[in-house]
Amino acid sequence: MTDVALTKKDFTSDQEVRWCPGCGDYSILSTMQSYLPELGIPREKIVFISGIGCSSRFPYYLNTFGMHSIHGRAPTIASGLAISRPDLTVFVITGDGDSLSIGGNHLIHTLRRNVELKILLFNNQIYGLTKGQYSPTSEQGKITKSTPLGSLDTPFNPISLALGAEASFVARTIDSDRKHLLETLRAASAHKGSALIEIYQNCPIFNDGAFDLVKDNETKEAALLQMVHGQPIKSSTHGLVHKGASLEVVELGSVVESDLVVHDAHNPDPAYAFALSRLTSTGHNHVPVGVFRDVSRPGYSSMVNNQISEIIGKQGPGDLNSLLTSGDTWVVD
Amino acid sequence: MGKPVISLDQVVIRFAGDSGDGMQLTGDRFTMDTASLGNDLSTLPNYPAEIRAPQGTLPGVSSFQLHFADHLIQTPGDAPDILVAMNPAALKANIRDLRRGATIILDSDEFTTRNLTKVGYTTNPLEDDSLDSYKVHAVALTSLTVAALSNLSLSRKEAERSKNMFALGLLSWMYHRPVEATENFLRAKFAKKPEILAANLLAYKTGWNYGETTEDFAVSYEIAPAKMPPGRYRNVSGNVALAYGLVAASQQSGLKLFLGSYPITPASDILHELSKHKKFGVITFQAEDEIAAIGSALGASYGGSLGVTSTSGPGVALKGEMIGLGVMLELPLIIIDVQRGGPSTGLPTKTEQADLLQAMFGRNGESPVAVIAPSTPKDCFEMALEAVRIATTYRVPVFLLSDGYIANGSEPWRIPEVSSLPDLTVEFAKSQEDFQPYLRDPKTLARPWAIPGTEGIEHRIGGVEKADVTGEISYDPANHDYMVRTRAAKVAGIKVPDLLVDDPTGDADVLLLGWGSTYGPIAAAVEQLRGNGEKIAQAHLRYINPFPKNLGTVLESYSKVIVPEMNLGQLAMLLRSQFLKDVIGYNMVRGLPFTTAEIVQATMEVLHD
Ligand SMILES: Cc1ncc(C[n+]2csc(CCOP(=O)(O)OP(=O)(O)O)c2C)c(N)n1
Ligand code: SF4
Ligand SMILES: [Mg+2]
Repeated sequence: MTDVALTKKDFTSDQEVRWCPGCGDYSILSTMQSYLPELGIPREKIVFISGIGCSSRFPYYLNTFGMHSIHGRAPTIASGLAISRPDLTVFVITGDGDSLSIGGNHLIHTLRRNVELKILLFNNQIYGLTKGQYSPTSEQGKITKSTPLGSLDTPFNPISLALGAEASFVARTIDSDRKHLLETLRAASAHKGSALIEIYQNCPIFNDGAFDLVKDNETKEAALLQMVHGQPIKSSTHGLVHKGASLEVVELGSVVESDLVVHDAHNPDPAYAFALSRLTSTGHNHVPVGVFRDVSRPGYSSMVNNQISEIIGKQGPGDLNSLLTSGDTWVVD
Repeated sequence: MGKPVISLDQVVIRFAGDSGDGMQLTGDRFTMDTASLGNDLSTLPNYPAEIRAPQGTLPGVSSFQLHFADHLIQTPGDAPDILVAMNPAALKANIRDLRRGATIILDSDEFTTRNLTKVGYTTNPLEDDSLDSYKVHAVALTSLTVAALSNLSLSRKEAERSKNMFALGLLSWMYHRPVEATENFLRAKFAKKPEILAANLLAYKTGWNYGETTEDFAVSYEIAPAKMPPGRYRNVSGNVALAYGLVAASQQSGLKLFLGSYPITPASDILHELSKHKKFGVITFQAEDEIAAIGSALGASYGGSLGVTSTSGPGVALKGEMIGLGVMLELPLIIIDVQRGGPSTGLPTKTEQADLLQAMFGRNGESPVAVIAPSTPKDCFEMALEAVRIATTYRVPVFLLSDGYIANGSEPWRIPEVSSLPDLTVEFAKSQEDFQPYLRDPKTLARPWAIPGTEGIEHRIGGVEKADVTGEISYDPANHDYMVRTRAAKVAGIKVPDLLVDDPTGDADVLLLGWGSTYGPIAAAVEQLRGNGEKIAQAHLRYINPFPKNLGTVLESYSKVIVPEMNLGQLAMLLRSQFLKDVIGYNMVRGLPFTTAEIVQATMEVLHD
């Protein structure tokens, strides 16, 4: 490594980017490319591992180590890498189908273990690469190629799912909001264990406008409930108050500022973050963005490697001859 | 005192009882004590898939067979000379395997009307004439044990649990086995439970004394040590030898060992064993499923570790897509398949060799991998090292096909000197300009092992077809054709030792050709056939993909080639398609290894047809 600070250009590979014009993946890529120099980590120590889907092409466009793997399995490969190579910074890039359909099992287990991975879930609420079937986050009734009469499935709420899986860091952000995406990436990097970031990502080809409410200039200020640790949770017009054990969105004029819920991302009780995550399940009128939960819990890789160094500390490194000759042995002369 | 001692050259003992009776432990201990006397030996545990099938029933019978001798032997033996039956179910389930005149030692306390009816005996075999052609010792094992332990403050039930130690003590007296090792073993095992320890030690001693003092047992037996090459020995099962081989390979290569695994019979013991050896820097990762298990192993390989996954057939079925990714990424990866009866859940605790074609072809696309198969429990050690040599030299997934028979069976193993183990050091790609991730070594066709953390060689790889040399995504037809052929050529070019043919007279017409765990029964059959004056050649394949270079010539040299397999002819299919040799299959899929007699008979039919 030279001492010269790296720039966005250093993290941009020579590959031609092949997403459809206007795809939300472009802005996420651009933000990531300008964010990476900030980390101060040499390029060779950064690895992006993706599954399969439009979004999973992401690693090709970054001049770091990268692997475009198979559908849904990126967290497994990334786990093996992160556990065996704690010196690396490992990102997982995945889509809503990749991480919540075929790879749902791996996502939840990776989160509960708290493997040191930054998982970026590009949620476009559709299968992009296979040309527009409904996904596990598509709303009920959605008309797609595979659901001409409307889908019947109840969708997953990825944030609720992650919280239910014991995730220690869960956040939501939006492809086109560069500043917010950057802040969210920073918060995730500062977190020690697994970090799941759901990124609302527009697919102009198969699910255009899915996130218009939170992306259009006319509606977004009112719709986005900003979650900033230590600040009241509110949008330009609405705020959040406690209602019994649950939370309720009210007009700002109807309450005094001091009644608003002050965001505590470090709240040890996941019920709070869960209640926040449910606000979108009733429709898209108000959408919390920011970090839902950020609690400290030992990372899996560091625990695995500590166990090894502790036993070596106590007993010394293994000796092959002693292992082979352990137990009952006898000698033939 | 003063009872006569008879010398024997070999004995086959089978311990059989309810799965709660501790027969595996009893067998293990008898094996250890036998090993330390220097006999050659071979074992066959056979237990039900259920942890505790209903007590006293036929499905609940668990057994452990041990063959030991004053000469070298190849198998656990076809028919027991001695059956220890802890209840009527054990007698009923095993009696048809005994030869006439065999000895049966049974627990007469258990032969109650209730227990007899449970397994369908209408009359008590102790009282009718059905056991007339056997030497029967009806011993009140349970009540003798309970009586011996009456001074200890144990419930009757707890006391009864030590009856397997009574049986072990009695057999140890009969065959002059040393007692110290088992006593030490019990002391270590029950260090925290002094009452149970006392009970076990006392039951063991009482069993021994029972043989020594009662008239029922008039003679005891001696089996002299076998002549084995000098060295330090231990007894090993295939799974333990495999685990040790992987640790050794990690040490010899300087690579960190990473095992990603999901529990499955009969492979779990590899995970258990390796998880004990963390001080070798071994990482064991019990994943959420078989896909995650192999995915984590591949991720570890990508990072420069020795990525290994262990499983059985159903797990392999799940791993297929990830193995294909390993083929595309051209990274070292080891897949251990301890085969069991299939398809589907099949026979989880029984042995079979029916995953060969799954290993060869069970993936989408042209997806060549190396396939090797250890031939005996101790051979698992060497083949683990071979798997690592091939995987790291050629950067390719390697299947190691073990099976339930050699995984759980055991035999004495001459422990190798660490200095005699192969050097497996590897070279990672170094920092360089214009790095090309798919530029191949012309000798091995391997691409560089380029691990993250190496400055200047950052690159992207994936499961999409890649351009030769650059590794960039390529949909070019000619490139795909070239890459498919190159991956195949790489595997075909893996260097493996020539096939050794054992043909002492040099003019046999018939060759017995096996692979994997059938080595023991085939070798024993060959010995017998030659003893009977037959001319027969033997060869055994431990390398299946690629085959040894001389295999074609060997097949041509024999007019008839018999291929015994515990499947419906999978190796035979490969041989026929590759060499156009119409080999003669001998196939059985009963979940049990071949007996020597079966192979002798099948061979006789071919020799004299
Ligand atoms: C085993 C397997 N099954 C199915 C596919 C086909 N497939 C590729 S991507 C995909 C869904 C992608 O959706 P998502 O993860 O949401 O990614 P997006 O394209 O929307 O970014 C499917 C079904 C595959 N590649 N592999
Ligand atoms: S199909 Fe949708 S998600 Fe995929 S590249 Fe095109 S716009 Fe993006
Ligand atoms: Mg999608």
